[in-house]
Amino acid sequence: MRYEAPESLDAAVALLNEESGTARVLAGGTDLIVQMRAQMVEPDLVVDIKKIDELRSISQVDGGWHVGAAVTGAEMNEHAAFKAAWPGVCEGTDLIGSTQIQSRATIGGNLCNASPAADSVPAMIAAGVVLTIAGPGGSRELPVEELNVSPGKTTLEKGEIVVSFAFPARGAVASDAYLRLTPRTEMDIAVVGVGVSLELDGDGTCTSARVGLGAVAVKALLVEEAAKALIGTKVDEAAVGAMAAATSAAAKPIDDKRGTKEYRIKIAGVLAKRAAGIALERARQN
Amino acid sequence: MAKYHITAEINGDEVEYLCEPEQTLLDVLRDELNFTGTKEGCGSGDCGACTVMMNGRHVCSCLVMGVEANGAKIETVEGLADGEQLHPLQEKFIEHAALQCGICTPGILVASKALLERNPDPTETEVRYWLAGNLCRCTGYDKIIRAVLDAASEMRGN
Ligand SMILES: Cc1cc2nc3c(=O)[nH]c(=O)nc-3n(C[C@H](O)[C@H](O)[C@H](O)COP(=O)(O)OP(=O)(O)OC[C@H]3O[C@@H](n4cnc5c(N)ncnc54)[C@H](O)[C@@H]3O)c2cc1C
Ligand code: FES
Ligand code: FES
Repeated sequence: MRYEAPESLDAAVALLNEESGTARVLAGGTDLIVQMRAQMVEPDLVVDIKKIDELRSISQVDGGWHVGAAVTGAEMNEHAAFKAAWPGVCEGTDLIGSTQIQSRATIGGNLCNASPAADSVPAMIAAGVVLTIAGPGGSRELPVEELNVSPGKTTLEKGEIVVSFAFPARGAVASDAYLRLTPRTEMDIAVVGVGVSLELDGDGTCTSARVGLGAVAVKALLVEEAAKALIGTKVDEAAVGAMAAATSAAAKPIDDKRGTKEYRIKIAGVLAKRAAGIALERARQN
Repeated sequence: MAKYHITAEINGDEVEYLCEPEQTLLDVLRDELNFTGTKEGCGSGDCGACTVMMNGRHVCSCLVMGVEANGAKIETVEGLADGEQLHPLQEKFIEHAALQCGICTPGILVASKALLERNPDPTETEVRYWLAGNLCRCTGYDKIIRAVLDAASEMRGN
């Protein structure tokens, strides 16, 4: 196995593209190194992307935000202005592992590991994040919910690296929230996770909303029907009830030791309702 | 297998070592450099026994590649005491009998120091959450939490 730590994105893409064997990007390593040690992956080349400056920054762009793919959970949660703008996304990243894991785990790694239960992903989907992806043929953009296919499988092509997460600008009365259910409060994998982001106009009517749902299908989902139930309403009880029902209807979970299918479907709706309540409260306080 | 030539700062001293890409920082510290204070519990990021500081942040050294430490600043439990003078956290762990077998202790000391550098006056809940990634199979945690809170108080000059 070879290890490289290039300082430019072009060099990283070239290294990945030219490797004839198995190549892997290394960000925080909290998934990859575990998998390597368990011999689930045996790369010939590991390309460490943490020395590439543009992958490490959080910046405000045209009223929205750009967050580099190699930004860690700890760095994101220490960024006060970003946290005020996207508290739900920060809640998702903050739930990843212990404080030690937080020091290393990146948002790019959480997404590209393609676990359906990854905690930052439903919140990123709700936020309407658009990814910038660099590859041998140049760069492209992709809505975050379209990156993953199934557990461990992404649509990234050979040589491609997720560079940044773009968060859209939004109105003054807007916020988001993420909630997950786990048997323990720390160090556990989500049984269900729901992110809700919404925006209201001057008289409290919901003008836009998005709902992301994790751990209940082969990948995290964007639940358009749930968002539709909120848009145009005052986010009253009836609207939130319809949104919760739509979220449950979208859940396609499996039975496993952490929860039965029926339980997960029910909890998806319950969490959606609570997350919408928190997002609404936050938006009104903005 | 080609080895990598790595230069890192460990507990304030410049250290050079040769390392295979398959070795973790934990392997390097324990097996190559004889910093055996850092312990291996699980090897998968779950127990925190291998916690060290890397560039100002506490990390699980079992989930860091040895080659990644090139140019990095590493601090292990061996760097806590100042010569013969134990760190206040170490003194309080002894005073409160916050250890039994001691396997978890180096990692908990390093993680607690990282907490107190950021937050000199944590609440009990904050200490418990901060140390959620440090497992102890012996003490039942209560004495550990008391020791950290007491050390924090002493370090604030009370
Ligand atoms: C003890 C422990 C507890 C955990 N708890 C949680 C939890 O509660 N919730 C949760 O969601 N996860 C959890 N995880 C999983 C893991 O920490 C997260 O998924 C983390 O965000 C992964 O990020 P990383 O930077 O460490 O990724 P890495 O391990 O570096 O990479 C993960 C995968 O993504 C690829 N990759 C990384 N960055 C890019 C990029 N920019 N472009 C293309 N491909 C890329 C890598 O090649 C690799 O396949 C836990 C892990 C451990 C060890
Ligand atoms: S040995 Fe590293 S976390 Fe357990
Ligand atoms: S004292 Fe034995 S594991 Fe903590």
